[in-house]
Amino acid sequence: MSYTFWILLTGCLVGLTCGITGALLVLRKMAMIADAISHTVLLGIVGAFFVTQSLSGIPMLIGAGIVGILTAVFVEMLHSSGVQSDAAIGIVFTSLFALGVVLISFIGDQVHLDVQHALMGEIAFVPWNTLTINGVSYGPTAVWMLGAVLAVNLILITLFYKEIKMSTFDPQFATLIGVPVMIIHYLLMTMVSLSTVASFDSVGAILVVAMLIVPGATAYLLTDRFFVLLILSGVIGILSAALGYGFAIQWNVSIAGSMAVATGVFFIAAFLFGPKQGVVIKKIRGTTGKKTVQSST
Amino acid sequence: MNALTVSNMSVSYDKQLALENVSFSVPEGSMTGIIGPNGAGKSTLIKSILQLLPTVSGTVEVFKKPLRSQRKIIGYVPQRSEVDWDFPTNALDVVLMGRYNHIGMFKRASKKEVTWAKHCLQRVGMQDYASRQISQLSGGQQQRVFLARAMAQDAKIYFMDEPFAGVDASTEKAIIQLMKEWKNEGKTVLVVHHDLQTVNDYFDHVLLLNKTPIAYGETNRVFTLANLEEAYGGKIAFLQQGPKAAKGST
Amino acid sequence: MEQFSALLSSANLQWVLIGSLLLGFASGVIGSFVLLKKQSLISDAMAHAALPGVCIVYILFQTKTVPYLLTGAAVTSLIATQSIQTIVKWSRIKTDAAIGITLSVFFGLGIVLLTYIQQNATGNQAGLDSFIFGQAASLVKGDVQLIAAGALCLIILTALFFKEFKISIFDPQFAKGLGLPVTFFNAVLLFLVVAVVVIGIQMVGVVLIAALLITPPISARYWTDQLGWMTMLAGIFGAISGVSGAVLSTAIQNLPTGPIIVLSASVIFLFSLLFGTKKGLLLKGGRNA
Repeated sequence: MSYTFWILLTGCLVGLTCGITGALLVLRKMAMIADAISHTVLLGIVGAFFVTQSLSGIPMLIGAGIVGILTAVFVEMLHSSGVQSDAAIGIVFTSLFALGVVLISFIGDQVHLDVQHALMGEIAFVPWNTLTINGVSYGPTAVWMLGAVLAVNLILITLFYKEIKMSTFDPQFATLIGVPVMIIHYLLMTMVSLSTVASFDSVGAILVVAMLIVPGATAYLLTDRFFVLLILSGVIGILSAALGYGFAIQWNVSIAGSMAVATGVFFIAAFLFGPKQGVVIKKIRGTTGKKTVQSST
Repeated sequence: MNALTVSNMSVSYDKQLALENVSFSVPEGSMTGIIGPNGAGKSTLIKSILQLLPTVSGTVEVFKKPLRSQRKIIGYVPQRSEVDWDFPTNALDVVLMGRYNHIGMFKRASKKEVTWAKHCLQRVGMQDYASRQISQLSGGQQQRVFLARAMAQDAKIYFMDEPFAGVDASTEKAIIQLMKEWKNEGKTVLVVHHDLQTVNDYFDHVLLLNKTPIAYGETNRVFTLANLEEAYGGKIAFLQQGPKAAKGST
Repeated sequence: MEQFSALLSSANLQWVLIGSLLLGFASGVIGSFVLLKKQSLISDAMAHAALPGVCIVYILFQTKTVPYLLTGAAVTSLIATQSIQTIVKWSRIKTDAAIGITLSVFFGLGIVLLTYIQQNATGNQAGLDSFIFGQAASLVKGDVQLIAAGALCLIILTALFFKEFKISIFDPQFAKGLGLPVTFFNAVLLFLVVAVVVIGIQMVGVVLIAALLITPPISARYWTDQLGWMTMLAGIFGAISGVSGAVLSTAIQNLPTGPIIVLSASVIFLFSLLFGTKKGLLLKGGRNA
């Protein structure tokens, strides 16, 4: 298997995993929670390192999962104690992220984990960090981790498809009729944390945000169907990864950064030229940008 | 038999009491209008009864059992403005959400459930819009989809939060028609309502509320000027002239 | 300890202290208004969007003169704010997703440009990446004086317009009725936010500067209900965070300044959350008992 193949596969898996999961967050108006969790998993990873003294996959996933859920819990707590939700998100993630960065600067010399890496990832090194069992190499660890998380996410979404849809559309009605809304909420938070940490090595904590939010938002502009939206979001994630990779190789720049910019390119295209929601079509139809009263409440 | 018994319910928002010591019992098969000025806690009352808001104190019994065990027989029509109608789904799908308890976890809706959901859409005159995206429906049509969803629940007691707010005349008629059918089927209905002029026509029971119940009982006994003045604090003359002006949620 | 007092007496550090103190104060004060306008996370997007601006100026003009770089930062920050508004106005995308899109795509662009500069630079390109997390220790006297002077100007401007901000944020309709140019004051406030973000990024970095706008005002809310006191307290909390961050990161090797400043602010927040006299948890617990 060639070097380029593994990098592209990793990028596409990041796009697919984050795209599908993130689309749910966009619909639930929790995009900024995705932003927060992608920052704070850094603390989980550093924490896992302090406990195990190594940077292996499973402890990292567990640490990130715990901190991801803690982030959601803290935000919820602050919000219910009267702090505006966006400010609550702001406080929690900047604090935990800052803590993570400071801790890294203490251990940074001992391992291959520095701030630069945490922010941007280093997808170029992915092919060399292979999963080796009994001397046989089974391909890059990142690919295995991403594949596992993708599988888990897909299984969860399939199992709880109805519940996710109902609690997203009308949480109060869902609660009343007996959907375990809180469990679904934290299930999603776990999925986001896992997706984030599995992607972390390749694209870095911050640029995961782009993959989580932008493909979902783009798909939201292109379709009116829940199922299609999830699929489309994953596809846009993959396309962004591929386009970004091509650009990065052409100009010899950060692969993760290019992928983030590529998601933006797709978004702008959908925003302007989307068949139903695009600005151009709205201008032609003569409808203004102003929303109707009921949808802005 | 009483369909609903609320005892000593109090609810607070950020240290301020929104509802104080609310107690009342609703007889089975009655149509109750919950009336009161803006900020009286009408919607809060419904949501607290349904345990969608935390209560400070009080108990709720539905057909003599705790609410939690009676989920299958409780129907709910929330205010239309409480959900995001840009959500990517269609009318039939929303109605099917009302069948959740009958479909069960991990399973897809069976043909029987889909047929039932379509039937509910038909009863509110929305059969031609089953596959229409909900964002492309008018306000009145969206309200009817919510009604169909409540109908799909096949509940014994229904809670409706301002169902008439911002709907067209034909939808208003459809809602009244449906409420009458429910009444004929022996179902119990509670409606948060703000149009004082129509109270006499729509409801056989009235709960007058202003943070605490002013009066509860049959409409002809409770819906009196004296009680209204107490609930609305003397502004009733203005309200009777222009009840439509007193729109808005509580 | 000797080393520490020697550090404190160095002229450069004194300037760093003054700079971080004024910067912290300015961001606390301005952040109070941002909080009231419920735009805390928009300021985060503005901060992240400053990075491509810095890089573009460097690529176009091959200069590392700080005022030019910061001008670039201000321009892209403003473009980011405008993008968020445009997205929300012209599509069904909600504000939170619009912020997330803008933040991540602009920051991604910043990273792309930064790596482009690193690959293709002809010489002295180092230092631009310190804009990401801030590095007080590497600041030269001129930079710090710029921060100090800029922050002081912002504080004075805010003090001058205090009353007008208060009315136009609390009740814009009423303010319009009074004949106040609300749109103008909104623009002034936007300018102040951009300005504080931009002058702060050298010290705190684009990733975390928003915390300095968000955390101190929230902490202040736990002690007072009065806007005047709140802005004052937020300013003081910001100043304490700024100074302690600057001192610690200079005294201890390898500690990045921005995260330390933010952690200081977080500690103050935790303290306020627990012991605050207005809404603190302990007080609440005591009352309920």
